[in-house]
Amino acid sequence: MIVGRREEWTGRLLLVVLMAATLVPFVSLFTTALHPSGSYPSGLDWPSHPRWGNFAAAFRTAHMGALLKSSVLIVLGVVPISLLLATMAGFALGHLRMAGRRLVFLTFVLGLTLPFEGIITPLYYQVRDMGLLNTRWAIILPLIGLFMPFSVFWMRAHFVNMPEELSEGARIDGANVWQLFWRIHVPLAMPAMSSLAILLFLWTWNQFLLAIVLVDDPAKRTMAGALGAFQGQWGTDIPLLCAGSLLILAPTLAVFLVFQRRFVAALLQGSLKG
Amino acid sequence: MARPTLGTAVEPPGAPPRPVAAGSRRPARRRARTSRWVGWLFVAPALLVYAVFVLRPLVLTVEYSLYRWDGIGPSTWVGLDNYVKVFTDPDLVDTILNAVKLIVFFSAIPVLLGLVIASTIRRVAASRLALVARTVLFLPQVIPLVAAGIAWSWLLSSTGLVNQALSRVGLGGVTRAWLGDFSTALPAVGVIGAWVLLGLCTLLFLAGMSKIDPALYEAARIDGAGALREFFSITVASLRQEIAVSVTVTVIAALAAFDIVYISTQGGPGNATMVPGLEIYYLAFSERQVGVASALAVVLVVLVLGCVLPIQWLAKEDSP
Repeated sequence: MIVGRREEWTGRLLLVVLMAATLVPFVSLFTTALHPSGSYPSGLDWPSHPRWGNFAAAFRTAHMGALLKSSVLIVLGVVPISLLLATMAGFALGHLRMAGRRLVFLTFVLGLTLPFEGIITPLYYQVRDMGLLNTRWAIILPLIGLFMPFSVFWMRAHFVNMPEELSEGARIDGANVWQLFWRIHVPLAMPAMSSLAILLFLWTWNQFLLAIVLVDDPAKRTMAGALGAFQGQWGTDIPLLCAGSLLILAPTLAVFLVFQRRFVAALLQGSLKG
Repeated sequence: MARPTLGTAVEPPGAPPRPVAAGSRRPARRRARTSRWVGWLFVAPALLVYAVFVLRPLVLTVEYSLYRWDGIGPSTWVGLDNYVKVFTDPDLVDTILNAVKLIVFFSAIPVLLGLVIASTIRRVAASRLALVARTVLFLPQVIPLVAAGIAWSWLLSSTGLVNQALSRVGLGGVTRAWLGDFSTALPAVGVIGAWVLLGLCTLLFLAGMSKIDPALYEAARIDGAGALREFFSITVASLRQEIAVSVTVTVIAALAAFDIVYISTQGGPGNATMVPGLEIYYLAFSERQVGVASALAVVLVVLVLGCVLPIQWLAKEDSP
């Protein structure tokens, strides 16, 4: 390829500018979080005496320990169940020649673009009538349903590409459909399932609307939902709010940095597929 | 947040290569018969959860939209009155218009800017710097939108970094509380959305560009095509699918915006940044107008479909 030196440097410069623009909000949060609690620092000033204690204070006032536990419980409720149900459904729709599969698949596709706000009102009354309001199930169960169209879509795309011969062999050995699914197809579907798990984790952890509508007690919400409450309570104490925000986005950041390759791949594929 | 949308077929992650057919091949007919109905047992649990927590509420939204109901007492049938209100009440019409205006910021800017940026950095895409950039540019996608909202509210506040920078370059006259000013609040919210979505669009395009045959560019150069010509007839043309996807994702993000607006402006000042998602929330849970809220919800769902389906249709039509 003919590569101009100048073009290469413009590319590099642009990349740096873009990264800076992406990072500035985080840096601003950080420097602000180190100012004395209750003050109104300006912009990007590095404080003369950084108050690292603000993080501890925010951790205490926001009951961050309880929040972490709550978010983990919600994720543990949503992700494994969604994965199991979606893999089973994707297997049936993509691999088994089941009767009426087109209609069923179309029903799921219908939900792909649905904004959560579109059903939040009846969802509130339904969850209330089920007696689940203000419990973590109020977030877990609807989220499993709301993520199902994408999850089924994702898993079906995997199973559609699995060769028929795989199942033929197992059938000749006398395996029934259930054994075929667990012994042959689930192990082979692991890469698709783990990418889906990453996406589901992220969307659950960051879920805001369901958390503020269906659960009053911030300690039973997701991290993102609790941050909303935290802002309402401490919105005037900017340094503390910034420290709290950083603490709340730290876990996703940590998970992201550890699994970044998979994350980026999953998110790009997720939006392409989706 | 990359929200799921209608799809374009892409290779699934880690699809194993087709193994060489081993053993005897049997006609698939017998197999098909046994699993014609077994499949339903596998689909049933997923379908059940989906039906109870998505389809039923969706049908109920349509039903609620035909009644006047305060959420507690008896409801009265009002036919299409709630829809009439959605389309005639100036506040509610503004709400929908705001969502449409947000498309410029959430969708047009990230997609166009993303295309330009991606084609500029394409040449250094394999460098170390680009690898780091991949991680950095993804950060806005990973953090909760709520956190993005808080960070930007602070940047755009009267003593925030944006004003500080403006004063420093001698533009102190235009400084203001960007999110609190009637004329700048909506664009300011839009900037937050653009920040969140720009990285995703850029990386999507970069990934797409890595699949373009470099020989194409070389041929274009030899033919004497300028950079602009090259950009439109090779880059943009090859990225149809990626462009369709990013437009779909960002348009949905604009129309269904909630988190960012809730945190940064709560719809204010006045009604300047009120969007359908937030209005539904207020109407249903503060003002107790469940009927109107539901009518607006139906309009929102239809609006999203009305925008997304043509995009998908166009992308399918054009794809080779």
